[in-house]
Amino acid sequence: MSSSPASTLPETPPPKPALEMERVTVTTLHDPTKSVLEDVNWTVNAGDFWAVAGLLRSGKSDLMALASGIMRSGQGICRVFGEELFASFEQDQLALRLRVGLVFDGGQLLHQLTLAENIALPLHYHWGHLDFDLGPRLKMLQAFTGIESWMQELPNSVTRNWQQRIGLARALALKPELLLLDSPLTGLDPRDTAWWVETISALAAGHPVLDDRPATVIVTGDNLRPWAGRATHFALLKDRRFVPLGTRAELAGHQEPLLRELLTDR
Amino acid sequence: MTGPGTVQNAMGNSTEGEAPARGMRSAPYYLGSAGRRLVRFLLDIHGLGAFALITLGVMVSKANVARVIIYPLALRQVYRAGVQLLPMATFLALALGLIVIGQTVSVLNRVGATNQFLGVVMVTAVVRELGPLLAAILVLCRAGAATVVELGTARALGEVEALEVLGIDPIHYFVVPRLVGMALGMFSLTVYLILGALLSGYFWAFLQDIQLFPGDYFRQMADSLNPLDFVLLGLKTAGFGSVIALVSCFHGLAQPLSITEVSRATVRAVGQSIVFCAFLEAFFIVVYLVS
Repeated sequence: MSSSPASTLPETPPPKPALEMERVTVTTLHDPTKSVLEDVNWTVNAGDFWAVAGLLRSGKSDLMALASGIMRSGQGICRVFGEELFASFEQDQLALRLRVGLVFDGGQLLHQLTLAENIALPLHYHWGHLDFDLGPRLKMLQAFTGIESWMQELPNSVTRNWQQRIGLARALALKPELLLLDSPLTGLDPRDTAWWVETISALAAGHPVLDDRPATVIVTGDNLRPWAGRATHFALLKDRRFVPLGTRAELAGHQEPLLRELLTDR
Repeated sequence: MTGPGTVQNAMGNSTEGEAPARGMRSAPYYLGSAGRRLVRFLLDIHGLGAFALITLGVMVSKANVARVIIYPLALRQVYRAGVQLLPMATFLALALGLIVIGQTVSVLNRVGATNQFLGVVMVTAVVRELGPLLAAILVLCRAGAATVVELGTARALGEVEALEVLGIDPIHYFVVPRLVGMALGMFSLTVYLILGALLSGYFWAFLQDIQLFPGDYFRQMADSLNPLDFVLLGLKTAGFGSVIALVSCFHGLAQPLSITEVSRATVRAVGQSIVFCAFLEAFFIVVYLVS
């Protein structure tokens, strides 16, 4: 009995979703009654690299906060790696939440701790009881930031950009699979911008700090141009709506007027 | 009519002239203000109760979680609420000894019983009441107020959200070490303050030429003390420390704050800590009297 060549090819397994939002209303972190985005339907598959752009106060930070699980959605369902957020007790979802890393706009470091202590905090908190040496991992993370010589300083002693680098190292400490970055390029000079774009692209492709495993990345910003040749998928936040723009190839032909503004060279 | 009449008008009791109208306008304002304050205070008690229960739950459920992080944080709080306050506690102990002995000697001299009751008075006034209360006020002013500012600033700068993203319970990281550390620090500080006050009391009595040997002074105190005093002292000081820590952390953490609201939260926390410590003190007096 013969079979056609097509039937003998192994089937490619469908990509697993890392993040799913169904008819979600995004509220603000400080006022759960105030919605900034409505009816968000969005699926991010494992291995995707999304760039989401929007103007000031379009809800970028709140969308990231919701996706990271620190905030409930006003309405709708938000799933991370197939599990609905806040569906069970917080303690039961700890393992799920540790698969997600969020880098806040500005880093949001703990100001009582040194930069080194900030990076070490999640490692010592979650892995401190385990019987292996955390030293090499800490050294790797410190080297990753490129500012090892400042590690004993307090956050207030270094620039916002460096605080954000520490925030990135802290988010990567527990090797998350889904990495969310809230406006990492805000206020950076060209050299720092290049560092962030290269680093995030390397993380999406597979970096030693994540054991060479490609991370699923979502990055927000008010300018899509730095990500145009890097991200695989794009979206806009406009008029309280989440507007998917499609892949890199689809981006070029898209007629969205705001897209032209967000792709301009600034 | 002026003088007492003015007061009467303000109370709205007079029926003469224009005064009653003014009184009638002002009464609802004061009532409304008092009512709002009362409601706010009751809401704070409600929130504080819930906060205390949540903290207790976290303490029990995470007793063995991240000890390498939490234990050093608790020790730092013991240092802040205990060791760091020793110089001020020493000064207060000297002052307390002087105040209590000075007043006691002047009263006992009138009845010619100075030698017999100095130790008894020191136990009654310093060990049972003033020592713990003064230590509580010291911890509240120096450590409690600083806690509200620290946590309020941390809240305003988004550090609570940063911890949540890292899978770290903010109550476990911020509140539990402060609660444990302040309770232990408060107890240690009170013991030092009481010992200092008792010693300084004898020193001031000696300076006033009271004919009392050290052995007699300490024997009077030992005879006045009973086991319940030690139990209640431990419970009371740990209670004061816990109340100050909980109220401070509640006002610093429990609601979203902006930087400009931190000072107001600090004032409210200090006021409420004093009120709750007074209630706790009253409770222990009742326990002492009943037992």
